[in-house]
Amino acid sequence: MFEAVMMVLLFSMFLILIRFLKGPTLSDRVVAFDALSVISVSFLVILALYFERSIYLDVALVFGVIGFLGTTIFGRFIEKGI
Amino acid sequence: MIGFFFISMGVVAFVISAIGLLRMPDVYTRMHVGAKSPTVGTLLVIIGVIFIEPAWTLKLILLAAFVLLTNPLSSSVIARASHKSGMRLEDDECIDALDISKGEKR
Repeated sequence: MFEAVMMVLLFSMFLILIRFLKGPTLSDRVVAFDALSVISVSFLVILALYFERSIYLDVALVFGVIGFLGTTIFGRFIEKGI
Repeated sequence: MIGFFFISMGVVAFVISAIGLLRMPDVYTRMHVGAKSPTVGTLLVIIGVIFIEPAWTLKLILLAAFVLLTNPLSSSVIARASHKSGMRLEDDECIDALDISKGEKR
């Protein structure tokens, strides 16, 4: 049952990856990256449930922090440049 | 079983978000779809995992609070930056309250 959930999650990640590769402007790519990082956090939570190890929750928390920092830095880059 | 119900609802929210990201015409509508429904999906998945595995409640509530705090903030940052860098709305008739070049100053 977890396998079906993870397959559907991978399918939606694939659709968002199409938008990430195709997006006409930089803002589209950054929005797609934001959605992809949030989906990866919940994918790691389901992976922790699948392998019965709670260490993956710490990985998910650190991944959320890194994704938020990356999105914010890209927003600053869009606004002002380097 | 109720945990699987919540996880399935969250995954449905993710799929809706992915389809909307492919089909929306504009940066801001894509932002609407790409920021709200992954937040709801993540919260539903975390609630479902709490129902299945109650020993991890503290870490999961910490993760949910973090996602709920930072995700609207990052989408707001992207919206403000892309509006300041000159991105315009697709529909020209709708009201753009931030646009100071078109209307009166606020």
